[in-house]
This record gives sequence, structure tokens and C-alpha cells, in this order.
Amino acid sequence: MNFWRFFLEHRAEILGATLEHLELVLIAMAIAIVIGVPLGMAIVHRAALRNVALGLASIFQTIPSLALFGFLIPIPFIGGIGKRTAIVALTLYALLPILRNTYVGLTGIDAALLEAAEAMGMTRSQIMMRVRLPLALSVILAGVRTATVITIGVATIAAAIGAGGLGTFIFRGVALVSDSLLLAGAIPAALLAIMADVLLGRLERRLKVV
Amino acid sequence: MNSIKHMEKPATNGNGEAIAFRDVYYRVENGSGASRELVSGVELAVRSGETLVLLGRSGSGKTTLLRLINGTLLPSSGAVEVEGRATREWDLIRLRRGIGYVIQEGGLFPHFTVADNVALVPTLENWERARKTARVEEVLNIVGLDPREFGGRKPRELSGGQRQRVGVARALAADPKILLMDEPFAALDPVTRAELQKEFRELARRLGKTIVFVTHDLREALFLATNIVLLAGGKVVASGAPNKFLKIDHPEVRAFAESLVVADADRVGESA
Repeated sequence: MNFWRFFLEHRAEILGATLEHLELVLIAMAIAIVIGVPLGMAIVHRAALRNVALGLASIFQTIPSLALFGFLIPIPFIGGIGKRTAIVALTLYALLPILRNTYVGLTGIDAALLEAAEAMGMTRSQIMMRVRLPLALSVILAGVRTATVITIGVATIAAAIGAGGLGTFIFRGVALVSDSLLLAGAIPAALLAIMADVLLGRLERRLKVV
Repeated sequence: MNSIKHMEKPATNGNGEAIAFRDVYYRVENGSGASRELVSGVELAVRSGETLVLLGRSGSGKTTLLRLINGTLLPSSGAVEVEGRATREWDLIRLRRGIGYVIQEGGLFPHFTVADNVALVPTLENWERARKTARVEEVLNIVGLDPREFGGRKPRELSGGQRQRVGVARALAADPKILLMDEPFAALDPVTRAELQKEFRELARRLGKTIVFVTHDLREALFLATNIVLLAGGKVVASGAPNKFLKIDHPEVRAFAESLVVADADRVGESA
């Protein structure tokens, strides 16, 4: 019950942190989509670029998040303490699921359809835009959904480098051994992740072409 | 616009041949650097307006020959001529838009409506909307589908036979002189299949298209063809009109003929 009192008393701060958290996630996701989807389209017909792009994205994904934030701090322009570094790190994390799903979706099209498209005189770019992309949409969105859920989680760690968000409560809660503080960060973060998952999951099913 | 220009050109090379294979070889490299010959020294002519059936077992090179005609494959040596011009010299996009293509299950795009599927080549060719709509209605009627009932449906809302009809309508939409059909009826149930074969034979005669039809079914070949070409191991092993084909003395012809007899014997056995 202690927690509820704390929550009610600090609801404005919690809401502010939640919005800050959302802002980090949305900006990072937007950048990751703008890079990841076109890059996924570009690597369909380019094997060398494909290996480099998927390889790099996988490497980013394997770096522990706290370490990645740390690596970025000393880098000029993108680094430093604050939101910008956090957004760069979150974007790098979100990139792999989006890139990989875009590639898998675009190349997983029924071979007979691609054959028919080619035989009817569609150019490679027409096949990409009118056949591959619309049919891959739900798979691409599944990647966006995975990336969003990961990013909401990882963004809590962004507080460690001064980017704000719900992580602020969690880190403070750990330092002060206060369950209320900790939960004030953890519960909204978990709710955000669940909501994003459900909403994007619905959209994904709607886009699916049977 | 371009397509209209090219359609007004003579459809043959002057000998009445719409398509000609001149000593065509097609090889693919396999991993170890060795090459495998899928088509070996094929000489073949398809006369304008005829229905040529390419008959053969799986892997005999039938589909490869079709793909050599629309330039989705180019010969390793020799030449495939379409309307008197080698495929190597064609603008391949132009060539393909002038050739109708039908595959098993129609190869329809699941995210397009029936009308959009049928209008595909006219859309690529930037036809005006009114002309496109009129043409979609016309070809859907030709294949026996009511445009008002079926135009707005998605392919998944159709039966196999209806999908195949849409596939034929789509191939006919831009009024190509040549149709390529790759086992179009193979996935259908026997009754629907027989219906479509019958309708298609009448349609082929009425429209006067040059048709190259791939099948492994001798019965279908005999029924539809004006000329049958039998392939084995990437080579033409026999060819002739349906009424003479079975008299050709060649082991592969006999093998196909026996498949017919065995199938019939089975049927008699079942009904007894």
C-alpha cells in the first residue's frame, strides 16, 4: 500500500518520465525503421552488402546494453552524456530485428509469384515495390514489434547516462533500496512494453496477406 | 504506347514462324565448376496461331524452353527468335509484356483483387483507366467469369478452377500474340480440369494466339495440341501432329503411350 501512496503522490513525475521514455523509444524506432527497411530492401539483390549489414547489426545486438552506452560516450558528435547517445544506442539495438525481418520477408515470397511477376514484364523495382514489399509487410512489422519491445526495455538503462526516462526511478530505487521507487519505474515500463506488443501484434495480423 | 507499336509489327519471321529455336543449348554451372546441360541442341519452330505442346517427364527441360522464349533465361549458345528477332536483341521487359504467361494455380498476386491481377500488364503499360476497366471486363467474360461478381474478390476467395481462369484472363489482358502456359491445369481436380481443357481448346481456336503449352500429361497434349514436341533429357526426341504422334517409333513415345494404356486398364479394373 506504501507503493500506491508513493505512486499517487509522484504521479506527475512518473507521467513525465513515462513520456520521456516514450520519446526516446519513438525517436530511436523511427530512425531504425528509416534505416532498416530501405537497407533491408537494398540487400535483397546485393550479397556483399547483405553480409556486411547483417553482420554489423548482429554485432551491435550482442554488445551488452550498458557497455554499448559506455562505448558511445567518448565518441564525438553522437556520444556524450544525455539523450542523443541514448537514442543512437537504442537505434543500433532496434536495427537488427527490423533489418533481418525486412530481408527475410522480402526474400520469403513464393517463388512462383516472383516468376510470374518477372515473366509478365515487371522490372526489378516494380517487383520490389508492388509484389515483395506489400507481401512482406506483416513480417517487417513483426520485426518492428520485436524491436519496439526490446527498445522499451533497454531504454530504462539509458538513465545511467543521463538520458532520463523510467530508468531514473529504477536506478534511484536500487541505490536507495526503495521498492516504491523501483516499481514506479518498472511497472510503467512493463506496461508500455505489453501495450506496444499487443497493438503492433494486432496491426501485424491485419497486414497479413493470406 | 510502345507495346502497341510492337504489336503492329509482323508477328512472324516471314516463314510463318512466331517462335524459333536455332540449335539452342542451355547450361547451368553447378557448385563444383562443372556445367550441366538442361537443353541440348534444340531446333524448333512454332508457327503463328498454332498450339504447340511441349510434352515430357519432370526435368526433361520443358519449363526451361518456356523461359528461354520470354527471355527469363537466355541461351548459352544458339538463338531463340521471337517474331523473327533473337531474345538477346529484345528489350526483355518489352518482350515479356507482349507474351502472356500462365502457370499452375495461376500465379495470382494474393494482395491484388481479381481485377487488379487481370489489369497487371495494362497497368504496367499505363493504359487509361477506362480502357483498362473495359478490357478487364472483356477478358473476364472471355474466360467465363462475371466481372461484377468476381472483379473485387481476392484470389483466396476463388476456387482452383476460378483462379486458373483468372490466370488465363490476366495473360490475355494486353492482347499478346503469344501465350506461354506452364502446366496450367495440373493442380485442378479431374472434372474441373477436363472442363477447362475443353473451354481452353475452343478459346485457343477462336483467338488465334500462338500458344506454347507445357504438360507431362499425354492425354492433355493429344487433346489441345496442333503439334506435339516430346522432350527427354533436354533434347527433342519426337514431334508430330496429335493424330500421328502415337505412331512414332521411339521408346519415349512408347513409354508415354503405355502410361495412357496402364491408366485406362486401372480404371477398367476399378469399375469391374
